[in-house]
Amino acid sequence: MESCAQKKKYAAKDYKSDLKPIWCPGCGDYTVLNAITRALAELALPPEEVAVVSGIGCSSRIPAYTSVYGFHGVHGRALPVATGLKLARPDLTVLVTGGDGDGFSIGGNHFLHACRRNVDLTYIVMDNQVYGMTKGQASPTTAPDWEGSKLTPEGTGINPFQPLVVGLASGANFIARVSSSDPINMARIMVEAIQHPGFSLVQVLSPCVTFRPEQQEWRDIVRTAVVDYTDDAARAARRLMTDDGFNVGKVLYKGSRPPFRPEFENTNGSVTELEARFAL
Amino acid sequence: MTINSVSLVIAGSGGAGVVTAGSLLLDAAAQAGWYALMSRSSGPQIRGGEAAAMLRFATEPIMSHDDSFHLLMAIDWDNIGRFSAEIPLVATSLIVGDPAHGPAPAALLGGTPRQAALAMTDIAGKIENGRPNMVALGAIAGLIGLPPEAMQAVVEKSLKRKGQAAIDASMAAFHAGFAAAADLPAIPKLPAVAAATEPRWSITGNEATGLGVIRGGVRFVAAYPITPATEVLEWLAPSLAKVGGMLVQAEDELASINQIIGASYGGVPAMTATSGPGLSLMIESLGLAVAAEVPLVVVDVMRVGPSTGIATKSEQSDLNIAVYGLHGDAPHIVVAANSVPDCLFTTQWAVHLAEAMQAPALVLTDQAMGQARAIVPKPAELAFIGQRLTAAAPAVEGERYKRYAMTASGVSPMAIPGTRGLTHTADGLEHNEFGTPSSQASDHQAQMDKRSRKLTQFNYGDHWADIEDSEVGAGDTAIITWGSSTGPAREALRRYAAAGGKARLISLRLIAPVQPEKMAAALQGIKRAVVVEQSHSGQFYRMLRAFYELPARTVSLHHGGPLAFGPNQILEQLNQLNAGSA
Ligand SMILES: Cc1ncc(C[n+]2csc(CCOP(=O)(O)OP(=O)(O)O)c2C)c(N)n1
Ligand code: SF4
Ligand SMILES: [Mg+2]
Repeated sequence: MESCAQKKKYAAKDYKSDLKPIWCPGCGDYTVLNAITRALAELALPPEEVAVVSGIGCSSRIPAYTSVYGFHGVHGRALPVATGLKLARPDLTVLVTGGDGDGFSIGGNHFLHACRRNVDLTYIVMDNQVYGMTKGQASPTTAPDWEGSKLTPEGTGINPFQPLVVGLASGANFIARVSSSDPINMARIMVEAIQHPGFSLVQVLSPCVTFRPEQQEWRDIVRTAVVDYTDDAARAARRLMTDDGFNVGKVLYKGSRPPFRPEFENTNGSVTELEARFAL
Repeated sequence: MTINSVSLVIAGSGGAGVVTAGSLLLDAAAQAGWYALMSRSSGPQIRGGEAAAMLRFATEPIMSHDDSFHLLMAIDWDNIGRFSAEIPLVATSLIVGDPAHGPAPAALLGGTPRQAALAMTDIAGKIENGRPNMVALGAIAGLIGLPPEAMQAVVEKSLKRKGQAAIDASMAAFHAGFAAAADLPAIPKLPAVAAATEPRWSITGNEATGLGVIRGGVRFVAAYPITPATEVLEWLAPSLAKVGGMLVQAEDELASINQIIGASYGGVPAMTATSGPGLSLMIESLGLAVAAEVPLVVVDVMRVGPSTGIATKSEQSDLNIAVYGLHGDAPHIVVAANSVPDCLFTTQWAVHLAEAMQAPALVLTDQAMGQARAIVPKPAELAFIGQRLTAAAPAVEGERYKRYAMTASGVSPMAIPGTRGLTHTADGLEHNEFGTPSSQASDHQAQMDKRSRKLTQFNYGDHWADIEDSEVGAGDTAIITWGSSTGPAREALRRYAAAGGKARLISLRLIAPVQPEKMAAALQGIKRAVVVEQSHSGQFYRMLRAFYELPARTVSLHHGGPLAFGPNQILEQLNQLNAGSA
């Protein structure tokens, strides 16, 4: 790779592909895509040095809508793919995009361990409290009394999963919540998330206008969080556990745990040396 | 000529102690210039408990255990009766036990072996810091003709850190046992040989597997521990670090397979090792590697299934899941190692195949070869290095890169992240040449053809199978087998030839894609065949029936694990085939 003498300036559109998204008109994910491309332009990262990894879901379609390297894998396994990629290629900037079902249900175990492992990744979860792609079933973040799905006509009766609380408890190094109705702040926080070392978790309230039309009211309900971020996990925990889920637009927690970054350290050993240990 | 060999078992309740004693004996045999094979069996206890080290020594390389053992040396009897099926004893066999521990359990006496007493505890008690294990080793050495100097050298090396007193105590106990052997009934002795002149290795199948992938170029491994694959990982972790690679312990097998997909997509050759339960979890993502065309290697060290099965024992029953387990039409590579040293060859080859064809390669080994240690001639250097066809920056600026471009070979140049102008999204969704998701029949057809063409048009050379004829020729009879059953089949072929028979052994290394033309050539002139495998339902036989033209008289010799075939079992089947009674 040539050492760039002068930093090329990029515009958000330089990070967009020509592909037309399959999303419904009005879906919150459109502005998330815009915010990601805006953040990348802001950071002036050459597109070939960025990778976006995802699983399956409406929100997981993002990689192909960007012009960076993308990997669209199977449902729930985006985080391990991204972990392997980042460990093997520490020179790349790796983002992970997906939904609440992909990340917290089928991929829940990977979520815990990705927070815990703290590899330098930025995880952007478009939380619409529903399985959009499979046409509207309850997800782990759905309220217990939501009766909109044929699978759970009387609601799930189960308390929703608290991604940010669980993320904090599991060791995520950066936690923020943003609203897809505020693209400017969303992009700004994504820039910070990408820049922060270790595992950064960004929850985006991103309405599913088709299966949760009532979520269109979110734009009026959300409020900018009043308190600035803390680096004290205990304080962050208290805040997150008492918060109603609509405080957005600010970073909530920034940790300083060093990222998991095993080196490909070449100790100058050779395969011949390994073989010598078997010789009689 | 049949192989001149001695087979014996050291058993006891001491857990690791028995295996350590077996290892000392194996090393001493190597020192004496003999070839050796050691397998182990243990009870269900996590630590300690009954254990058995099964050893066979010969003056030439050996790949298999014999049908029965000449000697069972029991340190004590606790629960050793449980091994009776794994330790076949016949009238000429000899059981040596310590009278301090009472009589031998009835379960071991079915074959009416001879019995003799050796007061290991008493003899050891008379020596300061003397151990019954060393007395037993001394007696074994006396019985089989192993020169004491060979053991002296091994003990000096292994007890160096404990000091001269420990070495002397061990050797005193050994010599006392050696002297006592003169009063024991005889078993065959192996002739002394001149110390080996050609280089030899002492290696387990699991170590050979690790070395094979490193030699092939793998530098990223992610895995989750599971018996009996863990030793592959334990060997790889420090070894990878020495050659600039890394091993990551993942949270589960879903993570390990997807981490290696990520690493390989990033351009670093990658692999994982597991056993049946882990392979089951990886299946969906193996299909992703097929569709997204990501090269990787998955080693399955097979154990007895289904479910958790018998975690510590061997079976060849993951053939079906390896070949047919993926949903959709998912062309991928399945190869199988057929001996301890072949784990090295086959895994190195697998890396080469996976990288060349940008497809996942599954390697089947098993507990029997994985956890066995063998003294073998130094394996040859191999030319297989994983080499991926990569794409360079486009000649024409702005020209859109086709990740899944149609090519004659089916292999498309792969852009590695970081390469300018070739950004694209690799996808498990069906796609067109650019990688853009597509649900059109024509794209599906074209991409299916391409993915399958990569594998069917590849030149696998002679490595698809190991083919061996008896010295006097192939005759019209064949043994067709794979994996661990190849060892006893090889030996059956030799015994058959020694009795004047002619036959051909065909051991398949390339399980998928199938090679009907090569098989047809290998079966030219063959009128009868026996198919040998360690599977309760005869998975291999059924697969051969589905894809190959087999001789009209083909019989299936199969049973589930964990018992391995003895060479005579296969020999009998060959004799029956030719007597027309099969
Ligand atoms: C193994 C597997 N199980 C089920 C599915 C079906 N499926 C596809 S997407 C999805 C849920 C997606 O929900 P979410 O991650 O919240 O994404 P959204 O569509 O809401 O953005 C499910 C269940 C699948 N593709 N794979
Ligand atoms: S179904 Fe919902 S989440 Fe999916 S594209 Fe439509 S609005 Fe967006
Ligand atoms: Mg969702």
